[in-house]
Amino acid sequence: MDALASLGQGFLVALEPTKLLYALIGVFLGTAVGVLPGIGPAMTVALLLPVTFKLDPTGSLIMFAGIYYGGMYGGSTTAILINTPGESASMITALEGNRMARAGRGGPALATAAIGSFVAGCIATIALALFSPSLVELAVKFGPEDYFALMVLAFVTVSATFGDSPLRGLTSLFLGLVLGLIGIDTLTGQARLSFGVPELLDGVEVTTLAVGLFAVGEAMFVASRHRFGGDDIIPVRGSIWMTREDWRRSWKPWLRGTALGFPIGALPAGGAEIPTFLSYTIEKRLTKHPEEFGKGAIEGVAGPEAANNASAAGTLMPLLTLGLPTSATAAILLAGFQQYGLNPGPLLFAERPDLVWGLIASLFVANVMLVVLNLPLVGLWVRLLAIPQPWLYAGILVFAAMGTIAANPSPVELVMLLAFGALGFLMRRYDYPIAPVIVGLILGPLAEAQLRRALSISLGDPLILIQSPIAAGLLLLALIALIAPFALRGLSRFRGSED
Amino acid sequence: MPLRLGGRSLDPVPLTVGVVLSCLALLVVWDTTGLTLSSVYGMGPKATPYLIATGLAALAIGHFIASLSAASAPREAADHGPVAWIGGGLAAVVAILWVGGGFIVAMMVLFAATARAFGRRAILQDLGIGLVLGLAMYLLFTKLLALSLPQGPIEHIL
Repeated sequence: MDALASLGQGFLVALEPTKLLYALIGVFLGTAVGVLPGIGPAMTVALLLPVTFKLDPTGSLIMFAGIYYGGMYGGSTTAILINTPGESASMITALEGNRMARAGRGGPALATAAIGSFVAGCIATIALALFSPSLVELAVKFGPEDYFALMVLAFVTVSATFGDSPLRGLTSLFLGLVLGLIGIDTLTGQARLSFGVPELLDGVEVTTLAVGLFAVGEAMFVASRHRFGGDDIIPVRGSIWMTREDWRRSWKPWLRGTALGFPIGALPAGGAEIPTFLSYTIEKRLTKHPEEFGKGAIEGVAGPEAANNASAAGTLMPLLTLGLPTSATAAILLAGFQQYGLNPGPLLFAERPDLVWGLIASLFVANVMLVVLNLPLVGLWVRLLAIPQPWLYAGILVFAAMGTIAANPSPVELVMLLAFGALGFLMRRYDYPIAPVIVGLILGPLAEAQLRRALSISLGDPLILIQSPIAAGLLLLALIALIAPFALRGLSRFRGSED
Repeated sequence: MPLRLGGRSLDPVPLTVGVVLSCLALLVVWDTTGLTLSSVYGMGPKATPYLIATGLAALAIGHFIASLSAASAPREAADHGPVAWIGGGLAAVVAILWVGGGFIVAMMVLFAATARAFGRRAILQDLGIGLVLGLAMYLLFTKLLALSLPQGPIEHIL
């Protein structure tokens, strides 16, 4: 069992005192931002990137992963207690969880969410450790044309599954691709789309784009809607522990949620929304207490919470083995790797096994820390919700500006931050998804490099893209994923007119 | 007055996005024609921009078609005052750093402007909090994490 031996080595790294400290900081920050509505894990990691680039890479990445996992745990607390999901993957949890809290069963709802997240996180991380080596073996056989095809597939799935229309998603993606063009072309040394501005020659910084879109844009969007003022927090009454009955009704949804979350998270279909929604639908159908659904059924909290945590581990699989981000948070994590000159993929498994396996092992550590932190300390997290919103967002803006200034103290960079903030605001306002812009900026130049490498190997013959069976298959999948939403919509319209 | 074409009213949002995408496509094409070098074989630096410009043009057409179909659902009204406060706060940061006002003053102004955008009226109190926050961040990040932040009068005293 190579994977288990490597994982054991990873634990030796993850259990070093300094790494434990990084993990603890990560899960603390992650839970805090997960609890606070409007701030997600993607934004937090983006804010932290510029201030961590001088720290130890392994430690920082362990911290980022802790933030990712912590965000998933914290989001459920907010969803259950104030009916405002802290992040999008907790939307489903709010449905039943908030009803349970209103019925005085907030404690068991929080407990099934936290324990379910723990169970799912552990199983999914074991799956990540077991399956990653085989995916790495497969990835070694990938030629540049196969990588290019894989990235095209990621482009299509990320933009067609986020947001409510493929047209909007693709528009976001192409904005990202245009931003990715900016800067010096590495093969011929010519500047593209730089307009003689020296700061643009190095290209657009991923962190500036992410902080602008997520932090500044989000703050503008929330402020523009006057959504300030208090939500009523439902106090946790009675025991926070689950009864025997609660356990009996929770364990199967946890396992089913995990089984849905991990594979869907690992596919380049992106996001935790789909598996959580599927899990909810399935639990609603299988339950022995259908009358409770909509009034606070514990299965409706247990399943989706497990699915959302399992999908977080699933997302890490294509990221670590192929360097392929399939969600906004994964895209930012990739930027985190790149800031230390590390490129996730088969090579990283060979060159830095301590880092990769240490990171995977730290996910177990993070899960244990989170379940310990979350249940007894839930009162502390809830108190975070009492921070007045003006100060909260003012603090976020100050931190966003600080990160940009620390990374690159030029007026051009700050003006770009402002411009991306305005772009983010307009995109939020008119329902254009944000994640594809970031994926486009990160993956666009990589895809171009792979395509050019493929074409220079084939002496310019574009048929190489369909002669490799892997590339041909992936491109076919991308084509199907691109056409399917349009075709389905056409079909439903056709059906509608028939009726 | 709503825009109309052939008796149908046009949805202004996709129409605007379509125009912006068309302009962006033209900009990319215009910039790419200025590139002179290309690779000996395989793909030069011009191919990708042209590919992306084609995509942008297709998306612009998609938006024009979308603007013809039924008008979009009414949107929740947005208040642009707070947005201007946040944007103005960031613009002030650029200006303060430009004239050498330093990091702490810039953060103080940004904090107060953002708090104002979220409905706070106690501007002096917020300036005070911003000052303390800026000072704490400056000390934490320059002394502990060895980052360099822009210097101004206050920073020189420290």
